[in-house]
Amino acid sequence: METAPEPLTYSDDLILSILRSVKTIAMVGATPNPARPAYLVLKYLLLQGFHVIPVNPGHAGKTLLGQTVYAKLADIPEPIDMVEIFRRSEAAEGIVDEALKLYPLPRVIWMQLSVRNDAAAAKAEAAGLTVIMDRCPKIEYGRLCGEIAWFGVNSRQISSRPRQAPAQFQRMRIQAKD
Amino acid sequence: MSEDREPGFATLAIHAGAQPDPTTGARATPIYQTTSYVFNDADHAASLFGLQAFGNIYTRIMSPTSGVIEERMAALEGGTAGLAVASGHAAQLVTLHALMTPGDEFIAAGQLYGGSINQFNHSFKSFGWNVKWADIDDVESFERAVSPKTKAIFVESIANPGGAVTDIEAVAAVAKRAGVPLIVDNTLATPYLCKPFDFGADIVLHSMTKFIGGHGNSIGGMIVDGGKFNWMASDRYPMLSQPRPEYNGMVLGETFGNFAFAIACRVLGLRDLGPAISPFNSFLILTGSETLPLRMQKHSDNAKAVAEHLAGHPKVTWVSYAGLPGDRYHTRAQKYCPKGAGALLTFGVEGGADAGVKLVSAVDLFSHLANIGDTRSLIIHPWSTTHSQLTEDQRKAAGAGPDVVRLSVGIEDVADIIADLDQALAKT
Ligand SMILES: Cc1ncc(COP(=O)(O)O)c(C=O)c1O
Repeated sequence: METAPEPLTYSDDLILSILRSVKTIAMVGATPNPARPAYLVLKYLLLQGFHVIPVNPGHAGKTLLGQTVYAKLADIPEPIDMVEIFRRSEAAEGIVDEALKLYPLPRVIWMQLSVRNDAAAAKAEAAGLTVIMDRCPKIEYGRLCGEIAWFGVNSRQISSRPRQAPAQFQRMRIQAKD
Repeated sequence: MSEDREPGFATLAIHAGAQPDPTTGARATPIYQTTSYVFNDADHAASLFGLQAFGNIYTRIMSPTSGVIEERMAALEGGTAGLAVASGHAAQLVTLHALMTPGDEFIAAGQLYGGSINQFNHSFKSFGWNVKWADIDDVESFERAVSPKTKAIFVESIANPGGAVTDIEAVAAVAKRAGVPLIVDNTLATPYLCKPFDFGADIVLHSMTKFIGGHGNSIGGMIVDGGKFNWMASDRYPMLSQPRPEYNGMVLGETFGNFAFAIACRVLGLRDLGPAISPFNSFLILTGSETLPLRMQKHSDNAKAVAEHLAGHPKVTWVSYAGLPGDRYHTRAQKYCPKGAGALLTFGVEGGADAGVKLVSAVDLFSHLANIGDTRSLIIHPWSTTHSQLTEDQRKAAGAGPDVVRLSVGIEDVADIIADLDQALAKT
């Protein structure tokens, strides 16, 4: 019997530092199908002010939620802070290989909830990148900025300090480090 | 709080879910007494309806006040998310609605609150959801009731009114083998006394009307998602594993990870069936929840003292309280609720049904009413009230025979509680 790999744990501080610092995200596996998680996450990250560049060879050259879609990472004409992998786990290694050929190198590889590839992660970490696996950036952002509490989700955040008031209704932001 | 500290139960009871209001600094959670929330623009509106953004739309589906009690209950139970609904019964309805289709079966312990027995036997049958009864004193009976149509198993951690303590771990093993979620109604124990998720439960329900609110002023229910059940493992739970036409083909089980069940209950169950809790009730229940650990300890300590006293009373034929060393459920109680066995106890009054009716008429401090889990001490004769719509056999199976009197021992001075029982028993 195959033994399940150790569950992954990431500190809130690590996730926060990533979500606070990255600006440009390449999302490999972005889709125009509004029923798919990849669409929901793309839409949410755009709403939260990230610059998200969709990557999907099937839709290259089209626009998706106003963003130009590229066939592969190498085609993106600007530096990328983070590559978000929205593909099955086996595909992650090839994507990490492509990411490691970029110049400048991205700082973060983020594999979506249910996506995990330890070999790909080891390669990226060896090259000095930070790797997050099996997490959803929409859920993590919503959890850490407080929005997800409106859906009754256990955010595991305990504090007696008020969050920053949103500039628009119901659009919370993760706070700057204090 | 610093990340390397796991907050304790009392800290969570006060703080989980509740930070000061970001726009006013209000420290207590505000009552958002509004039906609806304005959108920033059409795109924001579309994102909210499409579940692409988190936010409030309409109080039938969510409310920031209720969100606080939802998060708090999830934190206290050790679950991933909560959903507040209008009552404990609504929690049961919304939960089973997410799991069952017409013709399906679920297995329930015979030792349940009488209202739940009615709900399962009659209302749910008319939806084509068929209950199969089992006996918590015979775990094999759960195993025998499993069929290919079984979709869930339902038990109470401590059963109302009999006080039977369920061997949650043993029933969870049956559920696991059957590939179905174990639902535990944790109303009587509360997470202060018992943590069903630690013993293999998948979903925890509450009538918050009782100890969570704790002051007898608001009806409310809660569904807590344990986050461990794999809804995508088969096609048995189409609400979670199949593309939903209500959301353009979205598959909730893959979109919302380990809190998908709570989301399904909210966006399919609560949204469409409609049993929403009022923000005002959520506020009152929230206020109550802050003192849950103090109250539950006092309820349990008082109930134990009352049980010990009644056990030596000449007009009392038997006492059933799992906190008493000689009780048949004492060993289980030590495992599942070591801090105390809760507020409820039952006893037999000499003289049967007539004496029971006399007793509830003679009390002075106890209130004669159908609720439990109030600060006040409460008394009822289930045979002639809560359980009167069941058959004689069902009443006996549920621990509600003719001589049975149920107490929900309050948090008054225990000497006054005992004195009131003594004077009333003298009149039977
Ligand atoms: C164990 C238990 N579950 C569920 C319920 C139903 O809750 P509500 O009255 O809030 O609908 C009750 C109510 O007495 C109860 O005692």
